[in-house]
Amino acid sequence: MKAAVVVFPGSNCDRDCKVAVERSTGAHVDMVWHGDTQLPDGVDLIVLPGGFSYGDYLRCGAMASLSPIMTEVKAAAERGVATVGICNGFQILCEAGLLPGALLRNERLKYVCKPVDLEVVNAQTRFTAGYQGRRQVAMTVGNGEGNFFADEETLDRLEGEGQVVFRYLDNPNGSTRGIAGIVNGQGNVLGLMPHPDRAFEAELGSADGAILFQSALASA
Amino acid sequence: MRAKVHVFLKPGVLDVQGKAVEQALHGLGWSGVEHVRVGRTIEFDLAATEPAAAEAEVKAMCEKLLANTVIESYRVEVA
Repeated sequence: MKAAVVVFPGSNCDRDCKVAVERSTGAHVDMVWHGDTQLPDGVDLIVLPGGFSYGDYLRCGAMASLSPIMTEVKAAAERGVATVGICNGFQILCEAGLLPGALLRNERLKYVCKPVDLEVVNAQTRFTAGYQGRRQVAMTVGNGEGNFFADEETLDRLEGEGQVVFRYLDNPNGSTRGIAGIVNGQGNVLGLMPHPDRAFEAELGSADGAILFQSALASA
Repeated sequence: MRAKVHVFLKPGVLDVQGKAVEQALHGLGWSGVEHVRVGRTIEFDLAATEPAAAEAEVKAMCEKLLANTVIESYRVEVA
């Protein structure tokens, strides 16, 4: 099993993601620079990590979504490769058009950093199958612009098609309909604001993030 | 030519910065202030010399990068 973590200038969870994926799945993890034009051959999982790519200039994730490597990420996602964007990575996926919607400034203008309980809204995705029907998992959030927004029509479609994967039990940032994570129509691209990479072993307060990475690779 | 691009959150998209500024203005006594929106202006020089072509070019830049049309609208001025 092979995974790749993309490193953008300003990413700060890239090494956390590498360690999280390695320890929870045993997969070999390559770090891929944003300026590269190739992903490792036969990659089974791509992770876009959290952080502040390009200093959040213009809009969070806007510059990173145009990085050279993103052409390859888009092509891989279209081929069905499991792709996870966490926090800033979720913002990048939205800016790149790989996921619908956008992330706005938090409702109360506050950077929120705390553990959160999440409802597993769709336990049938390739990222959540490993929860084996569990309805609630715990991770942490750390974001200033994690307020998910999409127009009503898009939201209805996301809910109707089972594309809402995680919902906050206690919405920390004003996200529309409490949405914390979504998948694309094909089901292989997941974006979420909470950090599975900060919840991959019990010592961190939760190991629920490990199951997400295991699921993603189990179905590869 | 000089281009000016004004980008604002669309009506209906919560502008928390605008709301905070509005409350601060109310706090200073300007109670008649309503519907504050905070946006950004991006200015740059452009090699194009023909206004219509320049405007079309800048609009393309807005669609591709300068604005996220899921949440933002933009207005272009070229002179």
